[in-house]
Amino acid sequence: MTLAADKPTMIEFKDVHKYYGDYHALRGITATIKAGEFFSLLGPSGCGKTTLLRTIAGFEGISSGAVMIDGKNMEGVPANVRPTNMVFQSYAIFPHLTVAENVGFGLRKDPRSKAEKAAAVAEALEMVGLKGYGARAAHALSGGQRQRVALARALILKPKVLLLDEPLSALDKKMREQMQVELIKLQRQVGITFILVTHDQEEALVMSDRIAVMFEGEIAQLADPETLYRRPNSRKVADFIGTMNFLPAQILSEHGGKVEVDAQGFGRLTLNADQVSSAPGGTGASIGFRPETLTILFDGQTATDRESMATVEEVVYYGDMTYYDIKLDGTTEAMRLSMRNVFGRPVLDIGTRARVAWAPGALVLFR
Amino acid sequence: MQSRGKARFRGSEAANGLAMISPTALYATLLLAAPLVTIFLYSFWTDGYLTIVHEFTLQNYIDVWSNEAFRAVMLRSLGVSLAVTAVTVLTAFPVAYFVSFHVHPSKKSLWLFLITIPFWTSYLIRVFLWKVILGYNGVVNSGLMGLGITDEPVTFILYNVNSVIITLAHAYAPFAILPIFVALEKIDRSFLEAGRDLGESPFMTFIRVTLPLAMPGVISSVLIVFIPTIGDYVTPLLVGGPEGRMVANLIELSYKKLDNYPMGSAIAISAMGIVVAVSLLFLFLNRRYLKGGK
Repeated sequence: MTLAADKPTMIEFKDVHKYYGDYHALRGITATIKAGEFFSLLGPSGCGKTTLLRTIAGFEGISSGAVMIDGKNMEGVPANVRPTNMVFQSYAIFPHLTVAENVGFGLRKDPRSKAEKAAAVAEALEMVGLKGYGARAAHALSGGQRQRVALARALILKPKVLLLDEPLSALDKKMREQMQVELIKLQRQVGITFILVTHDQEEALVMSDRIAVMFEGEIAQLADPETLYRRPNSRKVADFIGTMNFLPAQILSEHGGKVEVDAQGFGRLTLNADQVSSAPGGTGASIGFRPETLTILFDGQTATDRESMATVEEVVYYGDMTYYDIKLDGTTEAMRLSMRNVFGRPVLDIGTRARVAWAPGALVLFR
Repeated sequence: MQSRGKARFRGSEAANGLAMISPTALYATLLLAAPLVTIFLYSFWTDGYLTIVHEFTLQNYIDVWSNEAFRAVMLRSLGVSLAVTAVTVLTAFPVAYFVSFHVHPSKKSLWLFLITIPFWTSYLIRVFLWKVILGYNGVVNSGLMGLGITDEPVTFILYNVNSVIITLAHAYAPFAILPIFVALEKIDRSFLEAGRDLGESPFMTFIRVTLPLAMPGVISSVLIVFIPTIGDYVTPLLVGGPEGRMVANLIELSYKKLDNYPMGSAIAISAMGIVVAVSLLFLFLNRRYLKGGK
């Protein structure tokens, strides 16, 4: 992960709105994407992330606002002259062409000689790990190979921005994880701005420098993966990314950025300003925490910060991890807690009383 | 042993398969294969005055192929059906393209339905109607004269090859539109976006992506129009006039007027051979496109 703050702006959305008839698909998107950044648009289906990506590519017009690429307003600039290339969700590998013809498709107007172009195609294929596949028929490729061809076909044109529309969703789990790592390496190698659209929060967290979480045509939060995970700015973002437990809380006082709350199961706490979500959620305040931020204490262990008592309600054993649903004393709902399994440590039974350690710094207040 | 083998066959997949296709197979044998074989056999026999001489001979074929009239009619048939094919497919493509790409999905079925409207009338009546349209006092001529474009009726559009081409091209238009439409519908729209994305204009994307991917449909259209039109009998008879006669009319002449079954059969088999040869040529030329895709 690199800090991109000092890099020049590659893409800028200025209050972008998009209507499909009466349907308001993009509702005032304002954001900047830096050059060389691996940026993800994350959200559930129908949130407008693909539409936003397509406004960069030039496949969708916008109703108002502006999309700037490298300082130029893209209004009226057709897709074929924009400095962007796309890896389509379906890969869109031309079935009537060979692998090499597919990769070299965009080189027709390239002034280089035939031999030089062929060398460029071979080089692009090698970069994506398909050396020697040039003569194969495109329709005989597997899903993973298609995706590599799509990547090579886009990258050979040396675009300023590479757009990836859910490129990994058609692959099986193993292949997907492998491609995630390969894509990160590839992006570092070519240094091109990558913009990824995905509905898979894990994928976004693994791959991105920064992530824009979108709901209903709006960016709910734009931050680096760790901030997004540790300090989600709304219950909705917290719910969408990973698992977040919520317990009802009451705000007692606010002064100097610090907030004093009375949270069920945790008691009276003072939280820092960065632990308080900015977006109001509606129905009362609550305290949120991730499953791994609470730890069950076994015999002889002592809490480094705070300690509460709880009852184990459910146990789910995963091999490397065990998930416990526990009920903290003084609460009515069970919370999800995850523990890494260590050799020699027992898995607790349902109904066991347990000591639980936690730290106020890991909690987030949603109002 | 034997009965067990029999039982195994009866229960086997192969037996089930055969049982299932047997009605169709019977139908195909009786109504397609048997007549074809009969004609094939006849073409090697000789016409005795009142009987057929059942002796193998190639004389019919020698007579047919050395006959100037047959060669002229065969060439004309080929020319007419190729012209009809060209006209039909070239006019069908824009229609199919429009329906596939520019008609709202919910209206596509309606459009296809409207395209089939000419079929609501019998083929014979449609041919007669073309006579009314193209005739000496027909719609076209009275229109042209009424507008003062011509002083007297134009005659190049009736009772010749031109009228046969016009009539057949109209009759086969839906047959050409539908396969092209299906091929265009099958093209994933992301292919076209990919073409644009990779730097090609809409026109070049059409040339480099849409057209090659639509080729299987175009070739189907070509064959679907070419094969039946070369053997068409009614249209040349009704609107072709003496110089518009085609090979089917010649076959009819041999069978009925001349009462020479073997000769008619030899002409029919010869014409069939030519159709097969030309069709294979089309397929061979476009094997690349038919092989592509899945």
